[in-house]
Amino acid sequence: MKPAVLARKVGQALLAPLIAVVVAVLVTSVVVVVAGASVSEFWDVMTQPPSSRNMVNIVNQSSMIFLAALAAAIGFRMNLFNIGIEGQYTLASFTAAVVAGMAWFPGKLNILVAVVVAMVVGALWAGIAGVLKVTRGVSEVISTIMLNAIAGTLVGYLLSNHGQQYGQGRRTTPIPESSQLAGWTPFAEKDGAIWTLVLLAVLAGVGISFLINRTRFGFDLRATGMNEPAAVASGVNVKRMVVISMLLSGAIAGLIWMPALFGGADYYGPPFQRTLGFTGIAVALLGRNRPLGIFFGAVLFAWLNEQANPLALVADISPSVVQITQGVVVLAVVIAYEVVRRWAAAAEQRALRKALDEQPTAEGVAA
Amino acid sequence: MSSVMSVTAARREEAAQKRTRMYYLIGLVALVSVALVRVLTGAHEIDSQGSLRAAIVATCPILLAALGGLWSERSGVVNIGLEGQILLGTWGAAFFTYYYGPYIGLLGAVLFGMAGGLIHALATVTFGVDHIVSGVALNVIALGLTTFLAEAFFADLDSKFGHGGAQQLTGLQKPFTITIPGVSDFTSDLAAKHWFLVSDVAAFIAAVTTSVSIVTVVVFVLVAVTGWVLWRTRFGLRLRSCGENPYAAESLGVNVRFYKYVAVLISGGLAGLGGGYLALVSSPGFHTNQANGRGYIGLAAMIFGNWRPGGVLLGSGMFGYTDSLRLRDPATIHAMLLLVGAWLIAFAAYKLWRRQTRSGIVLGVFGLFFLVWFLTTDEVPVDLTSMTPYLVTLLVLAFASQRLRMPAADGQVYRKGSVG
Repeated sequence: MKPAVLARKVGQALLAPLIAVVVAVLVTSVVVVVAGASVSEFWDVMTQPPSSRNMVNIVNQSSMIFLAALAAAIGFRMNLFNIGIEGQYTLASFTAAVVAGMAWFPGKLNILVAVVVAMVVGALWAGIAGVLKVTRGVSEVISTIMLNAIAGTLVGYLLSNHGQQYGQGRRTTPIPESSQLAGWTPFAEKDGAIWTLVLLAVLAGVGISFLINRTRFGFDLRATGMNEPAAVASGVNVKRMVVISMLLSGAIAGLIWMPALFGGADYYGPPFQRTLGFTGIAVALLGRNRPLGIFFGAVLFAWLNEQANPLALVADISPSVVQITQGVVVLAVVIAYEVVRRWAAAAEQRALRKALDEQPTAEGVAA
Repeated sequence: MSSVMSVTAARREEAAQKRTRMYYLIGLVALVSVALVRVLTGAHEIDSQGSLRAAIVATCPILLAALGGLWSERSGVVNIGLEGQILLGTWGAAFFTYYYGPYIGLLGAVLFGMAGGLIHALATVTFGVDHIVSGVALNVIALGLTTFLAEAFFADLDSKFGHGGAQQLTGLQKPFTITIPGVSDFTSDLAAKHWFLVSDVAAFIAAVTTSVSIVTVVVFVLVAVTGWVLWRTRFGLRLRSCGENPYAAESLGVNVRFYKYVAVLISGGLAGLGGGYLALVSSPGFHTNQANGRGYIGLAAMIFGNWRPGGVLLGSGMFGYTDSLRLRDPATIHAMLLLVGAWLIAFAAYKLWRRQTRSGIVLGVFGLFFLVWFLTTDEVPVDLTSMTPYLVTLLVLAFASQRLRMPAADGQVYRKGSVG
């Protein structure tokens, strides 16, 4: 009986993502057909094995998406909707780039300081929303949206007034050469390097999953998310938890762009990758806010983005089509989970009913 | 018993009258202070006909999104997907306007927005998915879909009905505009004289009587219709009851799912019309990601407005006005500092008078900050101006949010017959 139950549980857990992927594939195919392009060509491009260069890019991009999703997940686990990851990592990345560019410290120490600065700035920016929520009852959804806009404008202002002129735009002072990390080149030199600070994503993933699953803080956090009144009754200080979770979420958000900064971006300027914060939210939802699930989600999103690049050239299809796939996957997976959950609950009730009918003596106990 | 009832009713009536008088008073004070600041600083653009016109045009899409949010949240469904529904509306408007003219285009915008609403309703009402999750996913899908469809359908269009590109479709036909001949000229002349108070009122009248798009008129009618339907009809009462306590509504025989579906569809339609407004009235055509965060701003305006049509109008107006300020000259923006500073200090004084010392002091400090900023500088960097509405919203929420009350069951997943 035991292995059968286990098999059913695993089956149920995998069923939902499977349904979601099938639905996403179908919807995307329909959209491609509507646009008058060839479906077979589209999937040919999307499913061809990635080149060495693509692999490197997928790893690098996954690390940033993973960090963004992790930041979102910390909030989501206790029903906090930190929509402000976008603003937090924008402001944190800019500040860290400025600090690193100043080169107050030599070599590697400079990196450490900049990373810490990024975490602190991200945490503080998120903390504003946390404090406003617990002291003034302001919904974090709205305050973080406002803080996103403020961070964006602030960084734009600072960059255009104090940045260094570079080509058409402006940038922060590039970081000194001694602080640039070469990374790891698994393939040929021309295929690019995997950024050294991709390790940050690994560390953060392990650290956060330990924190959430193995510590008292993590237990309190999950308890508050699942049943706040119960958590309060058992002595959890919810206000304190809200502020700490926001700080933590913001600190992780601050890390998002660090791999890129020290892995070759060298400065904050126009090529800065935006909207990672929103991608992170989608991936966190896709991965059910669990580090392992988020990992797979991040790789899937990075893979879709990377594979879509040649679409315009080869199949005359806009690469933005993968955004549809990504959105549909997120929506389909949550719907599928809900459907599977309802179906499993109904099946369980039926089984129980059957068992009770076969054992009339148990009736008294059941009643 | 009945006499007690009538006494309470009379008291309530009296309170309502007092409130109305207070709103008039606040409105008058605002008007006078604007006029005063304008005359003192000589920044006539602060409420010139052109500025007000730009503000109204900037307000409408935000207002439509906020109204959409109001419908949806009053039925208990949080609609963060407004952004996506606006985006769908922009594409629908562009496509149908190119082939069938601007009026079918607006209809197309509404229908596309409703399609977005239908997805949201399916996910949240039928499948019981978390509302924020569904909304976020919808936004991702809509951005991808409109970008993709624009490239697929608009790239090769080029005729007298519009000029396409991979990411845009410009030169679309616009809906007609209304000018009230005599009033428009007379008030425009009066506004140009820069008289204290008279010109301010004249500028406002001129702005609303000179080449106003028919869609703008429709938008403001929709605000009134929304207020009437939601608060003065049986249908509205039932819809709101679904947002306050769906299980109680269910026990009274209200078909909760039906009302939620209707509300979310209307919500999507309104947001879609907002998209249509952006593509056909605000700007010369469609371009990708045209919503540019207006869905989120609409949501904020709705919360700012305490989930009520009047408040929604006020909140959207504030965002619209500051949004339009970006296009004005730096001197006007500089004059705004004085206005904001003065208002904050007045608000602080009111708080102190009400013995709310702490918030009074904080507000006063902010007010002084703006005044000092005004006195020590000559102009404001334009980048910082666009920050103002967000900062003001944060401040207002921080100091007023205890008085805000959202529908009691807002954002909760409802499942028929499962009341615990």
